This record gives sequence, structure tokens and C-alpha cells, in this order.
Amino acid sequence: MTTSTELPFPGLRSGVELVPTNDQPQTGKEYTSDQEVRWCPGCGDYAVLKAVQGFLPELGLRRENIVFVSGIGCSSRFPYYLDTYGMHSIHGRAPSIATGIATAREDLSVWVVTGDGDALSIGGNHLIHALRRNVNMTILLFNNRIYGLTKGQYSPTSEAGKITKSTPMGSLDHPFNPVSLALGAEGSFVARTIDSDRKHLTSVLSAAAAHRGTSFVEIYQNCPIFNDGAFDAIKDNDTKADAIIPLVHGEPILFGNGTKGLVRDTETGGVKIVTVADVGEDAILVHNAHNPDPSTAFAISRLTDSGYLNQSPIGIFRQVERPSYDDGARAQISSAREAAPGEPADRLAALIGGGDTWTVV
Amino acid sequence: MSKQVKQLDRVIIRFAGDSGDGMQLTGDRFTQESAVFGNDLVTLPNFPAEIRAPQGTLPGVSSFQVHFADHDILTAGDAPDVLVAMNPAALKANLGDLPKGATIIVDTHDFTGRNLTKAGYDANPLDLLGDANDPLGEFQVQPVDLTGMTVEAVKEFGLSRKDAARAKNMFALGLLSWMYGRPTDPTVTFLEKRFAKVADIRDANITAFKAGWNFGETTEAFVVQYEIKPAPMAPGTYRNITGNLALSYGLIAGGVQSGLPVFLGSYPITPASDILHELSKHKAFGVTTLQAEDEIAGIGSAIGASFAGSLGVTTTSGPGIALKSEAIGLAVMTELPLVVVDVQRGGPSTGLPTKTEQADLLQAMFGRNGEAPVPIVAPQSPGDCFSAAVEACRIAITYRTPVMLLSDGYLANGSEPWRIPEIDDLPAIEPNFATERNQTVVAKDGTESEEYWPYLRDEETLARPWAIPGTPGLEHRIGGIEKAKNTGNISYDPANHDYMVRIRQAKVDGIANSLPPLEVDDPSGEAKVLVIGWGSTYGPIGAGCRRVRKAGFNVAQVHLRHLNPFPNDLGEILKRYDKVLCPEMNLGQLSLLLRGKYLVDAIGYNQVNGMPIKAAALAEAIGNLVAEAEGVTVDLTAPQEAAQ
Repeated sequence: MTTSTELPFPGLRSGVELVPTNDQPQTGKEYTSDQEVRWCPGCGDYAVLKAVQGFLPELGLRRENIVFVSGIGCSSRFPYYLDTYGMHSIHGRAPSIATGIATAREDLSVWVVTGDGDALSIGGNHLIHALRRNVNMTILLFNNRIYGLTKGQYSPTSEAGKITKSTPMGSLDHPFNPVSLALGAEGSFVARTIDSDRKHLTSVLSAAAAHRGTSFVEIYQNCPIFNDGAFDAIKDNDTKADAIIPLVHGEPILFGNGTKGLVRDTETGGVKIVTVADVGEDAILVHNAHNPDPSTAFAISRLTDSGYLNQSPIGIFRQVERPSYDDGARAQISSAREAAPGEPADRLAALIGGGDTWTVV
Repeated sequence: MSKQVKQLDRVIIRFAGDSGDGMQLTGDRFTQESAVFGNDLVTLPNFPAEIRAPQGTLPGVSSFQVHFADHDILTAGDAPDVLVAMNPAALKANLGDLPKGATIIVDTHDFTGRNLTKAGYDANPLDLLGDANDPLGEFQVQPVDLTGMTVEAVKEFGLSRKDAARAKNMFALGLLSWMYGRPTDPTVTFLEKRFAKVADIRDANITAFKAGWNFGETTEAFVVQYEIKPAPMAPGTYRNITGNLALSYGLIAGGVQSGLPVFLGSYPITPASDILHELSKHKAFGVTTLQAEDEIAGIGSAIGASFAGSLGVTTTSGPGIALKSEAIGLAVMTELPLVVVDVQRGGPSTGLPTKTEQADLLQAMFGRNGEAPVPIVAPQSPGDCFSAAVEACRIAITYRTPVMLLSDGYLANGSEPWRIPEIDDLPAIEPNFATERNQTVVAKDGTESEEYWPYLRDEETLARPWAIPGTPGLEHRIGGIEKAKNTGNISYDPANHDYMVRIRQAKVDGIANSLPPLEVDDPSGEAKVLVIGWGSTYGPIGAGCRRVRKAGFNVAQVHLRHLNPFPNDLGEILKRYDKVLCPEMNLGQLSLLLRGKYLVDAIGYNQVNGMPIKAAALAEAIGNLVAEAEGVTVDLTAPQEAAQ
């Protein structure tokens, strides 16, 4: 016995469409709390915090309508340093708490700050279900490929064979590719950026905030204490042209200073790297982030090295429209309310006084 | 043929059949008829955890017991006067509970060789009726071909034999309705509504129901009709209600009375799922229900909703509480309103999902890391789940704290007549959201500024202010790390931690100041023995005390709705009595708390068999204690006039 019904979803387009705006110009300083920042010197988190504090004023929202939620880990201290509403919750559960906030209130801009351990290990279940439901929030996953706060054990994104405190003979775990995972979990907005590239980071954050539904942003973030240099190949000026595969919607996917590009691989059904000179620029795959079918985005995500990172696509892999859970939940409540007018107390009396009743005098 | 009418003051009927035979529906309909008739009643549904256990086997037997009377009753009854057995397994599984002389109505149709073998019978016991070695010789057995007569009665609707036979439960209901003079209109109306879209099934069920009634009226097999007069009840409008339904309504009422939208985050689990089902129907009250991916996300989303200004609720059973423990600790630390409903079932682990138990009290009390006090409220009867839920909401919102509401499987599925409360009589609950900064701070240079301190406490309740996102100027961060007094900033200061641990405890302890005095039921005022309980044992304890009093002895009863904190007058009450007996469906969890807090020698009466405590056996235990305390001989079997 299966029955289903057409769901009435309001036709909202922007992730912040219902959030009250501020008509006064804002500064990054307004978004800076009075708490001392306590990350290690050189931590990539500083750069991301700075970028977010610089970017939030651009959104033009009322500061009191912004909520940052985090789990546990170095990056999860993030909310303390922003002068918005915030909750530093428990390990892995931030997406579930943010789901409650975003569903309860249409007028809030909801952000989750999480790490590779928080989101992909202890909180993996909440992450995939947030993406599946497409709750209107932005998830910033700080991926440093290591456990920092617990002092240097391997994480679910660490390369196999990694020698850490808990794996003296090398880690046996095969790592997750966070972008592949998010795409597989029905993510409607999936992107990757780098802590040190403020311009790219900010542009991705803007697109993520504007997207209605769950926006998933993986941020490569260097841990100078326990995993220093993990992203050197994509940061070093000598190597990054060959290491970064930039994804721009509507543009051919070229890298290596235009010498290399992606084409469809008819043998595997995936994509492969070719020398442009061999195939001609017209043969190069044009990136389509709005493709309803996530197969190509997934294929591109597989070009990420699972071992030491010498090559990685960066940018917005996928950005498609899909009804968001919280909009639907509120629409159901609105229509139920419209169908049942009257004072709540009167309706409560009618509810509890319903059914088969009898009166004793 | 004119039938004899016999007056009875109370009857206990148990309907038993295969889990697909519709026994729960049959019992529920009989209950509704009795409720509308005006009897007092208590029910006890009992079913296997499997949706369809192997047909015809003992584990597959599902039953529904209803106790109805012309006077105020407290339990579903220890032993059925009448057993309706739809197959051999139902007969065998329930026979042990029947007292001598009980009536057994069996559907002979299902007493086939195959079914007899499945139930473990070597021979058909119905073939031996009246023989010298009749295994059912102690009982009044009425063999009736319920299925055969049902199929015959609904022939005109052209149903398959299987579909036709499925109406046999309505035939049985009709017969029992005739026997006990139940009103039939409510069931006919119910069937018309339930099967409105399938005319032939609707007509077959109504016809079978009427045929059962008419069979009773005309057959010579049943010569006596019984009459159980309506019970005198306090004036008011009543309905029959189960605990899960009353609890759902109580949560909606908590939302209405506080003006807050209710947000339920929940993961399905027996026996709590019906609360999720019910609340999902009431979106018009602004109730949001989120079926989460797991127990943790259920409570996580509820905490998030509370942070955003909703009344966060999560519903589960014991295994779910285990998973939610860390998040409950977060709610303790962040001091956000939250109602955590635990409909207790047999444990540990998966335990007995469909059976009742009270063994989560200590889990509710202590099942978290650190000093994490959580108020605990427990309803005492199905209808009482309503006001207990409202009380849990009151405490959660007023004191900014998670509250544990401990129901159990017996309350959840059992039912009783419930006097529908007046909305005006419900407590007003004030969320009192913070809207202004609450502290003037003087900087070194003497300039003053206003700040918002999220942990600056109310002097009376010690509750912190609740500022919700969207409130300008009150932006703040909360979390699981220890807070500095007042400001709520992260603090690892040793003295501060000690202070915060104590103030969180003091806040919860202080809830006792808002509680009414306990009502001690001690009619003579001369009792030396006090029986103390909590939760669903209220009925059996009350019934047990009545038996003891009826036999001319004194006993006092007090029942706790608040398990944490205990009411302020409890210590003094305990001291008044020589002996304290504490019956529980666990191995002595309340006893342990009473002993620890009051240094009282609480004596346990403990049963953990998945079923409610039986009043008769408990009365014996109370009697023995009275004998010991008063130095008299107590014989409950010989009722006597009280000494005065």
C-alpha cells in the first residue's frame, strides 16, 4: 500500500530571500565578537574566519538573523568569534541542530561550521540526511585531513597509509572524498574551495548563501601542527597551475595554464585529462553546474587525489534547484492553519473534547 | 425466548486471537461502547512485537483486556472473568490467567488439527468437554462457530471466503455486546466511517456485528444477559482516552498555553511512535513534526528549534534515551527548554518492545556524563498523561531546562474514561523572551554600556533569559563548554565550574518550590504503613490499598508525579510512618532514591515481567507489612467491618 501526494512548495529562489535585510552598511568589525581567538598560530581557520567576517557584511542581512552552529573540533570554535547568534554544540550533531533552527524559522540565515572528523566520521549520518532533505543552510566543512583537537590521529579524509599517533604502521582506512559523498547524498549545491584563496573562497560563499537548500562547501584548510603541507601542491605557485582543476559554470575545464583539459571518457563513462593540443579546445568539456544529472559532477570529483593531494578540482561542482525541506514543512503548516481558522484555545477545546464523549451531570 | 438478566458490579473480559485477527480493534470498540454507556473502565492491550508473528502460534497471540464496572476502578483487573479465544493458541496462552469458573467463548472453526498442533495440543480440548478428564472442566466453556456463522451472515456481499471470515471479530463483538447490554450505535457509526470507501467490507462488518448480537438474543446456548450499571462519576464531559493520545494532546496544550510553536523531532520506536503519528496531524496548531534520521537527530533538531524559540520536544523509549544522553546534557548546559518523552518498555537493550516496565527512572535521573540534573515528571494513568505533559512543558519553559516525561507502555496503550478539562483551568505558561540588554557594564574609562548576559539568572527561579535569534542587540553564543557565570563566555576557571555545577543543581532543586503539597490518602489517619509509588503503578497500588482497607486495616498511599526534584514535604511524610513500601516495575529504583535522599528504609515490592503489578498479590504484601507494623494478624480473605 503506497500513496503519495503532490507537495506544494513555494517558489523561492534565494537562500536568504526571507531573511530581513539591513539598510545600513556593515563592517567586518561588527561581526567580530569580543572573544579572543584561540587557534594555533598559522592555522588555516584564521583565514576562513577573516574571509567570513569580511563577506557577511556583503550579504546585507540583519546581523541578529544570522545563526552559526558548529559541532566539536578546532573549526567548531568558529561561532564564538562571530558576533551573531550561535551554538557550539556536540560532536557531529550540528546539521541536526541547524535543521531544527532552519525549519522552525524562515527568517534566519543558518550556517554550519564543521570539520572532516565532525562531519564525516561521528556526524556522517546527519550530514547526508541534511543534504538529502535539502534544508536551507550552508555547511562549511573545514577539511584539514587530520584530527587536530585530539592531537593528531588520522581522519576519514586522511590518505591511506598515513602514519599518525594511532596508526604507527600506517592507516588502513580508505578516505572519503567529501565532494563525491555530498553528490551521492543528493546535494543540490556542492563546492570546494581553499582557505588561502580569499577571492575564490568569498565567491563560493556568496553563491552558497544565495542557493536555497543545503549548500555544501568543502574548504581545504591547512593544519600547521599535525598535517602541515597537506595542500602544498595546490598552494605552491610552481605547482598549483597543474594541481588545481578550476570549475567555472559555462567555461571549458582547462588547467595547466590552458595546456590540459577534461574530456568525457567513453570507455569508463567518466572524464579524463587530456592535452589540449592533442584534441583541440572545442573538444574540452564545458562545465555545467546546473546539469540535473549529477553523473558528470561526480566523475569530475573523482579526479581528486585520494592519497597525497597533487591534483584537485576546485569550484562549484553542482548547483541545481530542488525543493527544500523547511520550505515544505512550513507550507504544510500554513495550509493546515488556513483550513482551521479560530482561536487556538477554542480549537484546543474542540480537539480534546472530540471523539465519543458522554456527559455526567 | 426471554432471557434472564443478572446484575454484576464489574466484569473483566479478555479478547484473544491471532495478531491478524483484529483483537485490538475488537477490544477498543467494546471499550468505547462501555465508556459511552457510562461504566468506569481500565484496559490492558497486550500484543507481540512482531507485526504478524507466525499464524496460529503461541507467540502470535494478541489480546485486549477490559475491566468495566458500576463503580470507580483502578486497574485492568488481575484475572479475566470471560475469555474470548479465536483459536487454540489464544486459548492455551491465556488459560493460566483464568480463575475457576471463568467463562470461555471459543471459535470452534479454528480448532483444526493443524492449529491444535501449532498451539501444542495433542488432542482437541473441545472434544473432551464434559468428560471425566476434561482439561477445561473448571470453566464454563461456550463453543461457538464464530467464523462459520460470520461467513454465512455476510454471504450476500459476495466477498472471498477469506475476506468474509475476517469479519468474525465483529461477530464476536456483537455477541459480547449483547451479553453485556452494550450500546451498538457507536460501533455501527465507527464501521461506517472506517470502511466508508469499501462498501462491501463496511456492510459485511456491520452485518457480522449485528448477526453476533442477534445470535446472542436468539440462541439457547446463552441464557443469561448481564447488566453492569453506569458508574457514578464527577460531573463533567468524558471520553475514553489512551495515554499516548492524552500525552500528545498535553503537548499541543503546552504549545497553546505558552503561545509557542511545538517542534517535535523524533525517530519511530515502540511504544512511543503513536505520539509522533498523532502530533503530525495537528499542523493547524503550528506543530512541526520532523521524522529524523536517528534518535540523536530527533533531539538535536528539537534543541535547535528551542534555540530558535519553539517548544522543542523529542519522543522515544528507553533505547532512544540512551542515544540522546549526550544531547540532553547539551540542553542542560545550554539551559534551553526541551521536553524529552520516554515511553518506557522492557529493557535492557531491545528488551521487550511491546511490554511495560518502569526501569528507566535511574537512567532519566543519572544517565548523563557530569552533574547534569534533569527534572522528571511521571503520569499515573492514561488520562493523566495530558496534565503531566502540560506540567513538563511548564517546567521546561519556566526554568529553561530539559524535562524528562516518563510514561510507560501500559499507560501508552491502556485507556480509561477521562474527564475533559476546561481550557481555562490549564496553567498559563510564560516564555518571557528576552528583548532588552540586561546588564550595564562600566569600562575602565568610566563609560557605561549595555550588554546582554545570557546566563544572568532570575532571582526566584534561577532561570536564565531566553533570547531568540532575530532579537537585535542580544546576539550571543551558547554551547556545551562550561560557561562563565553571567556572561556565558567559555570558562575553564575551577571556582567558576564549581559554582556553575551547583547553580544548575540549585535551579532544578528549586522547582520543588513551585509544586503543590503531596496528597496523602490515609482515610483513618491511623495507618502505620505508607505505600509510595510513581507512574503507572498508581492503579494497582490504589486497588491493593483498597483491599487492605476493605478487610478492616489501615494503610496510607502517596503517589509521586515529580521524581526530580521530590516535593518539599516528602521527607516529612515519610517520617510519619513506621513502614514504607515501594512497589515498582523494576528492581527498586525509586527505593534507592528515597533511601539515598531521606535515609528511610523503603521496602521494595518489585516485579519486572512486562505486565502491570497485580492488585491482589500486592495487597497481600501490604497486609504482611501491616501485620508486622501493628503486631496484628492480617487476613484479607475475611472481610470485616472496620473497627470503628
